[in-house]
Amino acid sequence: MSADLLTVSPSPHIHTDLTVPQIMRGVIIAMIPALLFSVYNFGLGAVYVTLLAILFCVVIEYAIARYLLKRPASIYDGSAIITGMLLAFNVPTNLPWHIILIGSAVAIGIGKMSFGGLGNNPFNPALVGRVFLLLSFPVEMTSWPKAGATWSLDAVTSATPLGILKDGLRAGDTVPELMNQMPSYTDFFFGLQGGSLGEMSAFAILLGLIYMLYRKIITWHIPVSMLATILLMTGIFWLIDPTRFANPVFHLLTGGIMLGAVFMATDYVTSPFTHRGMIIFGVGIGVLTVVIRLFGSYPEGVSFAILIMNAFVPLINSYAKQPRYGSKSQRHKAYQEKLEKEVKATP
Amino acid sequence: MAMRLHKHKTFKTGGIHPHDNKLSAQVAITPLPLPKMVTIPIIQHIGAPAKIVVNRGDMVKTGQIIATHEGFVSSNIHASVSGRVGVIEEVMDSTGFKHMAITIRVKGDDWEETIDRSDTLIEEIKLTPKEIVSRIMEAGVVGMGGAAFPSHVKLSVPEGKHVDHLLINGVECEPYLTADHRVMLEKPKEIIVGIKILMKALGVQKTIIGIEYNKADAIEIFQQLLKNEKHIGVEALEVQYPQGGEKQLIQALLNREVPSGGLPADVGVIVHNVGTTFAVYEAVQKNKPLLERVVTVTGKSVKQPSNFLVRIGTPVIDLLIAAGGVPEDTGKIVSGGPMMGKAIADLDVPVAKGTSGILLIPKDEASRSETYNCVHCGKCIEACPMGLEPYRLLIMSKKGNSQRAKEEHILDCIECGSCSFVCPSNRPILDYIRLGKTQLKKQKSV
Repeated sequence: MSADLLTVSPSPHIHTDLTVPQIMRGVIIAMIPALLFSVYNFGLGAVYVTLLAILFCVVIEYAIARYLLKRPASIYDGSAIITGMLLAFNVPTNLPWHIILIGSAVAIGIGKMSFGGLGNNPFNPALVGRVFLLLSFPVEMTSWPKAGATWSLDAVTSATPLGILKDGLRAGDTVPELMNQMPSYTDFFFGLQGGSLGEMSAFAILLGLIYMLYRKIITWHIPVSMLATILLMTGIFWLIDPTRFANPVFHLLTGGIMLGAVFMATDYVTSPFTHRGMIIFGVGIGVLTVVIRLFGSYPEGVSFAILIMNAFVPLINSYAKQPRYGSKSQRHKAYQEKLEKEVKATP
Repeated sequence: MAMRLHKHKTFKTGGIHPHDNKLSAQVAITPLPLPKMVTIPIIQHIGAPAKIVVNRGDMVKTGQIIATHEGFVSSNIHASVSGRVGVIEEVMDSTGFKHMAITIRVKGDDWEETIDRSDTLIEEIKLTPKEIVSRIMEAGVVGMGGAAFPSHVKLSVPEGKHVDHLLINGVECEPYLTADHRVMLEKPKEIIVGIKILMKALGVQKTIIGIEYNKADAIEIFQQLLKNEKHIGVEALEVQYPQGGEKQLIQALLNREVPSGGLPADVGVIVHNVGTTFAVYEAVQKNKPLLERVVTVTGKSVKQPSNFLVRIGTPVIDLLIAAGGVPEDTGKIVSGGPMMGKAIADLDVPVAKGTSGILLIPKDEASRSETYNCVHCGKCIEACPMGLEPYRLLIMSKKGNSQRAKEEHILDCIECGSCSFVCPSNRPILDYIRLGKTQLKKQKSV
C-alpha cells in the first residue's frame, strides 16, 4: 500500500447513486419530450424562448451569487436550468426577449436567490416569474401562437381552449356549443392546441412523469392526488349542469394542469416532506385550481393554486408527520392487556 | 431481478435497498493461522470494562479468564491464545478510542482442559435455566451482530415482564457481510441446539429464525432440519436494510412495536443473533468461552474475499494478508459493514467480539462527495426506519437545540445511517444526530 493515510469518517461508508445534480439532470431529461412536442407544434419559437430563458436564469443566478451575495457560484447543481426551462414552458412561444429577461430576473432574483438560493425558497421560482409576467404583461402573456401554424418566429395568434370556454360562457353560450369550436380530444391529448410552450401535450408530459417515477425522482403522491381531485370535482359540477361546466376530461387535458401536476407541484423545495403531506398538498392544489377555473375571472388557475399551496407547506409539514415506530401505542397497549389477562388466568 | 410470486414479510416503516455485494457468500469459513501476538481489549461489550486478573509475564492457556466482569452489564474476557502476557496498556481499538488491553505473546496452542474442542454435536441439554445463564455469563458471550450487548443480561428477563417469543436474527442486512450466512450454512445443527438452550433459559415455547431471502440456501437448510420441530420456525424476509435491527426484526416477524425507550421484552420478545446462538451452544455444551469468531474480509478490490475463523485480539493486518494483501487502491478500512461499521485508522487494530467484518473501500469511494443545500426531497424521512424526521434533527442539533431534538425523539434513532445514505445533497445527517445525542447526554450528566 502506498504511504497515503486511510480515510477515517463516521458511518455510513456507502451512498446512493442519486445525488442533487443527477436528480436535476433527470428532471431535465423528463422535460425533453414536452419541449420536442412544442417545437413540432410551434416551430423555432419554442427553441428560442427556452434557450433564452435558460441562459438568462443561469447568468442571473451566477451574477447574484458571485457579485451580490459574494459566495461561490451555485449554478452547477442544475437547478437554474430547470427554473429557466419551467419558466419557458409557462409562457407563449412568441414572447419578446425583454419580457423573458424580466421573467427570469424575477424568478431567480426574487423567487429564489432573495431567500438564499437552492432549497430555501418557499415559492416555486418559475411560477413566481410566470405570475409576475401574467400580471405585468397580460396582453403579451396571453397572445398564444396558433398550433402548427408556422415555422417562422412570427406566429399567428389564437385563443386557447380554456380562453374560448371562459369568454364563450361569459357571452352566454353553452358548453356543448363551445365544444364544437374546439379541437378533438385526441388533439388535446397529444397537444395540438394553443397554449404555453410546454403545457399542451398531456402525452409528452406523461412520458416525463413515467420517467421520473421510474428513476424514483418523484413519487406518485402529488400528481395523482392533484389530478384525482380535479377529476372528481369537475366531474361533480359537470354532472350537475353539463351546459355550464365542461367535462372532467376536457379540464384535465387543457391548460397547465398536467404540466403543473408533473413538473411544478412536485418541486421538492416547495412541496411537503411526507407522503401524507404530499397528498394534502395535491388535494389542495386540485381544489383551488377547480375553484379558480370554474368561478374565478382567469380561465386558468393552476399557477395561482400551486403558489397558494406553497405558502401552506410549512403548516402541512408540521401537521402531516411520518407515523413513528413505536407510536402505535394502542397496538402496544392491546398486547399488554392481553398479556395481563393471560398472566391472571394462569394460576 | 426475477419476479417472485409472493412478497416476504418485512418491517413497515422506512428502509432502504443498498446493493448487497455479498462477494464472500460462497467461501467456506477457514481458520486463520495463529497470530504471533494478540491484543485483547478489556472492553469489548456495552457496559463496564472487565477487571484485569493477570499480570505481565504470566503464562496463560487458551480459554483462561484474563479479565472478569465488573457488575451485571459487563462481560468476562478470556485468553484467545496460549502464551505469555506482555504489556497491559491503552491501545487504539476499532472504536477509534484508546482502551486498556492485554497483549499475549503466542507460545504453542495449549488449551484449558475443561474445553471440549471436538466436533461432536451434543444435543442433550443438562443444565437448568439458571445454570445456563451463569454459564453464558462465565463464557463471556456477547451479541455478535455488532452491538456486543452481554447475552446473559438479555436472558435475565426483568420481573413483571413476560416473554413469549425468541427471535433469531439471521438477517445480516449489512451489504458485503457474510459471516452469519456462513455460520448458518456450516453450523445449522449447533445453532438449533443453541436455540433450544436459549428457549430453555427463557422458558419460551416459540422461536422464529428470520433470514432475508437472498440467503435461500440457509433458509432451505433450516427448513429441512426443522421439519419436525413444532416450536421453531424459519421465516424468509424481504431484503431491506436495516432489517437486522432488533426493533425492525420484531416488527417484520411479529408486527409488534417496541415502545420508545423500551426493550424488546416490553412486547414479549427476546432477540439473539445467529452467531451469538452458535457461541451459546459452544459455551453451554462444549464449555468453550467466546474466544474466536467468524470475520468476513471483503471489498471490491480484495483478491480473495474470505470468511475467517479468527481468535479475538488478532490484528486486522493478519486477516488482510490472508485475504491476499491490501489492494493498492485502498482508501478506507471499515470494521463492520459499510452502513454501520467504523473506519479504522491503522492496521494493528485487534478483532473484537463484535467485529463481524473488515471491509476495504477503494480510494474513489472513500471520501464523501460535495454537499448541497437541503432540497426538501423528503427521502430521509421516507428512509428512516424509526419514522423520525432526520433533516429536522440535523437542523436542531446544528443549532444546539437538543431539548427540541429530544421532543422530536432524537433518542429513538438507531444510527442505521439510512438518512445519510439516501440524502441526494450528501448532507451529514447522521453525524449531526450523533452530535445531538451527545449534547443530550452531556446535559443529563451535568
